[in-house]
Amino acid sequence: MEMIDKSKKTFSVKSFFLRWEVLLLLIFIVYNIIIIFTTPYYLDINNIFDMTFIFTEKGLVALIMAFIIITGNVDLSVASIMGLSSVAMAASYQAGVNIWAAFLIGLLIGTSAGFLNGMIITRLSLPAIIITLATYSFYRGIAYVILGNEAVSGFTKKFSYIGQGYIGNSPVPFPLIIFLIIAVISIIILHRTTFGRMVYAIGLNEKAAFASGIPIKKIKLLLFTLSGFMSGFAGMIITSRIGNTRPNIATGFELEIITIVILGGVMITGGVGNMWGVFISIVLISTIRYGLGFHNVPGQIMLVVTGGLLISSILINNFLKTFVSNRVLKR
Amino acid sequence: MAKKDNNFKKTDTGNSSSLMLKFAGFREMGIFVFLIILVIVISIRSPVFLTFENIYDIGLDTAILAIIAVGEMMVIITRGIDISVGTGLGLSGMVVALILAENWWIPPWLAILMGIAVGAILGSFNGLLIVKGKIPPIIATLGTMSVFRGITFIINFQVAGGQWVSAHNLSDSFKAFARSTFLKIPNLILIAIIIYIIFYYFLNHTVTGRQIYAVGSSPESAKVIGINIDKITFLPYLFTGMLFGMGGVLWVSRYTAAQTDSGTGFEFTVITAVVVGGVAIAGGSGSIFGILLGSIIIGVINNAVHLIRVSPFWKLAIYGFIILLAVIVDKAISRRINKALLERRKI
Amino acid sequence: MKKSLMWLIVGLLCLSIIGSFSLFGCAQEAAEEPAAEEEAAEEPAEEAGGLSIAIVVKNIGNPFFDVIKTGWDEALGELGDESIFRGPEQPTPEGQIEIIESLIAQKVDGFTYVANDPQSLQPICKKAMDAGIAVVGWESGIVPESRHLSVEPASAKDIGVDQVKMLAEMIDYEGQIAILSATATMANQNTWIEYMEEELEKEEYANMELVDIVYGDDVREKSYNEALGLFKTYPELKGIISPTTVGIAATARAITDEELIDQVELTGLGLPSEMAEYVHNGACKEFGLWNPIDLGYLDAYSTHYLATGEITGSPGETFTAGRLGEYTIEEQEGVENGLVYLGGLFTFNIDNIDEWKDKI
Repeated sequence: MEMIDKSKKTFSVKSFFLRWEVLLLLIFIVYNIIIIFTTPYYLDINNIFDMTFIFTEKGLVALIMAFIIITGNVDLSVASIMGLSSVAMAASYQAGVNIWAAFLIGLLIGTSAGFLNGMIITRLSLPAIIITLATYSFYRGIAYVILGNEAVSGFTKKFSYIGQGYIGNSPVPFPLIIFLIIAVISIIILHRTTFGRMVYAIGLNEKAAFASGIPIKKIKLLLFTLSGFMSGFAGMIITSRIGNTRPNIATGFELEIITIVILGGVMITGGVGNMWGVFISIVLISTIRYGLGFHNVPGQIMLVVTGGLLISSILINNFLKTFVSNRVLKR
Repeated sequence: MAKKDNNFKKTDTGNSSSLMLKFAGFREMGIFVFLIILVIVISIRSPVFLTFENIYDIGLDTAILAIIAVGEMMVIITRGIDISVGTGLGLSGMVVALILAENWWIPPWLAILMGIAVGAILGSFNGLLIVKGKIPPIIATLGTMSVFRGITFIINFQVAGGQWVSAHNLSDSFKAFARSTFLKIPNLILIAIIIYIIFYYFLNHTVTGRQIYAVGSSPESAKVIGINIDKITFLPYLFTGMLFGMGGVLWVSRYTAAQTDSGTGFEFTVITAVVVGGVAIAGGSGSIFGILLGSIIIGVINNAVHLIRVSPFWKLAIYGFIILLAVIVDKAISRRINKALLERRKI
Repeated sequence: MKKSLMWLIVGLLCLSIIGSFSLFGCAQEAAEEPAAEEEAAEEPAEEAGGLSIAIVVKNIGNPFFDVIKTGWDEALGELGDESIFRGPEQPTPEGQIEIIESLIAQKVDGFTYVANDPQSLQPICKKAMDAGIAVVGWESGIVPESRHLSVEPASAKDIGVDQVKMLAEMIDYEGQIAILSATATMANQNTWIEYMEEELEKEEYANMELVDIVYGDDVREKSYNEALGLFKTYPELKGIISPTTVGIAATARAITDEELIDQVELTGLGLPSEMAEYVHNGACKEFGLWNPIDLGYLDAYSTHYLATGEITGSPGETFTAGRLGEYTIEEQEGVENGLVYLGGLFTFNIDNIDEWKDKI
């Protein structure tokens, strides 16, 4: 458990249990115990690995989204960028471009879409939520312009490996490995580098960060471009996994991704958050959906459970905090 | 931001010398100019656009959006956000429609009051989570967004066995309500006008209304001067609830059907209208007039994409592009105005 | 004050915990209260004898699929199988893939599905078939490689042609017409529209002109606005075909509101319960649909027989579907596995609408 070591110099049992990630981990364990005892299908190594297919795309984008939300911004256009880059890739493939060149085109389009977001936001100093709300419709709209009512399929076998393949003969999916690598990199960057410190500084107090010489605009531009790139990449993975694409691919993912990040303990107001929390949250949300799936829970209940979980987990945390601080005060 | 607003208002009401400046001091200038340009461009492209019937339709279409935008604006002024408006609208519409289907005697005004009551419950639930449970607004309403939708499904299934409430289940007086007129103005538009007058008065001329701005501009100083922060933070959610409750019933009356998925994605439209209307997402500033313009712009674009005979696949891109343009043009114009005003002050 | 606040929080907390866990709880006993969903479904514990067979719909909360489920549950009750009813919250293929993934993992014996986008579901359906699960598709131009058998309400061509004929009768084979469809990527609507366009090429429709195809995305306010847009851009418009249940009801409303009854005629595919009002007021004089109860019933029987191995899905085989009688699997050009047709399009008008409006 690395996070204990690096948590705080003065370690106390209480503050350990108050840490958001630990709480999430506890929920995760409790949930897993319940689900393991109630369904025989859950503890199957193949099933567990197959489950990861569903969350890798969202997880990848959520990792970058965490950086953006920590700086106090948000990117609502991620799902539309996923759709746009996927469609751009498919259209160029259909036009006879080599599959890997098309793949690069998709990535490039995603990156430029993110770059455009970043440019408008930093140049006009407008809130990110406003600009990405507009590009949320705009990018998705361009995807419709490109493909219309067509769906493109029939990509090469090699391309389908990105989203469907397994490592050798093991049950470990290829996209999972990619996700884990990027997750580790994100954790290191956010928690171990000056860049990570700067990201927190911007979120805590943008003016102070500016005054102390942090290149705010450059960092924001970089993060939004990265978000575009990662959305583009996630778009490629989902295209490969599904084996075809259409303009409305990945619709509605943005709210799911933001939910993951927020459940991971990242404050929407910026400055607070932890990549471990985001990581656990990704796994938690997908195991919940997966586990409830085994009970064939109707979707409507699934909705209530996900919403209830979001609210109640934060209530629990707030309650614990008040409880502990009250006791300390009494003493 | 809020401070600047106040300054503008001073020039506005004070001893302003020229009409021009009075007009320029008006914060929504940018968005207003944009709306006019938009209308001119569209009417060149489509002659039907400026006919009486079409403007009437835009009014009907914009009314529900405009009503809910008032609540959303107040929430955003207090530095919050309410993402549950779309599903809240669906849930309150469904509850009232299910009651109406069994009780045809209920007059439309009572149905609307019932909608407001249901919405008030949902809204205060949001408010309690945020104020008493200390949950950040975006998380609380993101949660209730799914919860409300889930409950809509469950109630619909329990009561009607999964059947939507359709036209033949509703009484004629209720179906006619949204479109029938009073003094030649359709009820739907009339209600929107009344709501706007009430909230204009509330936000600008009552203590509680001004306190909403105060809490949004600076919660710390608001606390220092003795404003009850909890109450002021709670109220906008309650009002939003009441307004989307009302909107839900009007929605059922307008489209004469209550579906389990009514209002899906409506939260995005409402927030867009509010944001295009110049309400600062960081809180503290925003005006009734601005969101009215914002809602009308959305209504005009929605109407125009159907009229200008473009391929259906271009509609969404055009919609997104115009929103983007609106925000940028507004920013550019208000920047100019600010500059001009500052320069004038120097002299 | 402080104390009462704390108690309030404690109360809320307990409520929410109890809330979420009781939901997990009822998840386990799928037959209990909120999950009373599964009206006729057997309790999972009693699955002993029968097979477990699932149905995957486009989205939940859509009354059309709830009616399908009535027939589905009826048939599985007769067969003694366990019924699993699933659908995503939004009509997206991504949600359906997740559901099928979970069905494969719990090793159901067979499932039937209606696709939001058939091509997207192909890899996952292939995976299911490789895992030995019987896969039946219905109603949406399912790709042959991703099912053992397809159950169709009627041939896509008949569905398209019949709607054109109904409208042509209403407007005396003359004038401008438009189509108001669901989303631009819905496979079944697109296939029908292709056949409609093909039919309109014929001599007898020479005076009819298809001026526009618009998409209301199966969202009521959007469909309504699309209809209004059609009236305004084409003042001469004589008729609209709306091959989707939400679209036709929204268009009928728009015609009523704009007082265009008898000026603009409407037909398409709709639910009697939603359309009763408009058949009576004349906004839509006639529309079609197949019997969804029977469709669900036939789906259940064919999936069951496929799962038990009594049929393999190849053309020429016959089977008896309970009260509906005997069905033969028909051949589809260039494809190994076959099709089953439920029958033709059923039309509703002023004479029969009242007996159907409370059923479907």
